Amino acid sequence: MTTLTSIRLRDTPALRHVLRYGDTALIHAQRLTEWCGHGPVLEEDIAFSNMGLDLLGQARSLLAHAAVIDGQDFDADALAFLRDEAQFFNFTLAEQPSRRSSAHSPGADFADMVLRNFILASWFKQGYAALQASADAGLAAIAAKSLKEVRYHQQHNAGWVVRLGDGTPESTRRMHAALDRAWPYVAELFSHDAVDDWAQASRHGPARAGLGVGWDRDVDDVFAEAGLVRPPGTPFISTGSQGVHSEHLGFILAEMQMLPRRHPGARW
Amino acid sequence: MSAAGNEWPLWEVFVRPKAGLEHKHCGSLHASDAAMALQLAREVYTRRQEGASVWVVPSAMVTASDPAEADMYFDPMQDKVYRHPSFYPLPAAVDHM
Repeated sequence: MTTLTSIRLRDTPALRHVLRYGDTALIHAQRLTEWCGHGPVLEEDIAFSNMGLDLLGQARSLLAHAAVIDGQDFDADALAFLRDEAQFFNFTLAEQPSRRSSAHSPGADFADMVLRNFILASWFKQGYAALQASADAGLAAIAAKSLKEVRYHQQHNAGWVVRLGDGTPESTRRMHAALDRAWPYVAELFSHDAVDDWAQASRHGPARAGLGVGWDRDVDDVFAEAGLVRPPGTPFISTGSQGVHSEHLGFILAEMQMLPRRHPGARW
Repeated sequence: MSAAGNEWPLWEVFVRPKAGLEHKHCGSLHASDAAMALQLAREVYTRRQEGASVWVVPSAMVTASDPAEADMYFDPMQDKVYRHPSFYPLPAAVDHM
């Protein structure tokens, strides 16, 4: 039995910039698919899978684009399945546990996934809107296509945030708990580093800090309707977008990468 | 699946495949209100690009014929071929009748 060894991408700001979007979409999609067959009702179960597949499509385009930037003849599959943890640049929020009953995912709830979906879709909506003006025409085209999808995700999940936040005492309690769990990881979405400087200076994309104004507007409107109040900020800034992850990403990759690594070229 | 799915009202879903064609009934789903029914109809019935427009109607608003009375309702038409205009030549200008 052969086991494929890991690949190493070049470490450039251009690559990290694209992978922040692509890896966040990929890991978020993987978490959403954990809900397949476990949604509270059939219709919403299908909705989660649909959104997961939308995000997987975005990840595929973005990783294929990243592979071209990297220039080592890898493809999107190689990037998804053969990179080690430290080579992933997704936001830490996307990799957090999403379902109470999965073995290595204690404590999470349907409310967590709805809220995370809302927070990330609201972020992607701002990010893709700005990326449409990227100096990288390929990236701008992917952003324009993806924007339609995340606008819908944002609206769909906003509806649930309001229903649960302003619903029964039980749903309100659980939505508040989900908010407390998610909030420590939100600061990273608007933090700033050398990759943001590069993106802004080269006109390849927005600096994350600049996305906060539009995101605040979307989120504040929905939180007001849902009766939710933003928890106070803390100095903690998570570091997934630097390639330094929480303990959860390793488990996701083990599950996601095991088959293609053990059985190279496996087909249905 | 929790019991919540059974407590929500039922909605009938109509999808129009493209502009110019009529909306067609394609199934039903459970949702707590019209806005949710519309979103879930999009998820369940148009995810493979089937639709250009969606209607949802509360199932309770549909008045249906009784299947037990189908014979009384529909059988009388069965043996009356003279209800079809098939016994006289049509003018050539009328192509499709």
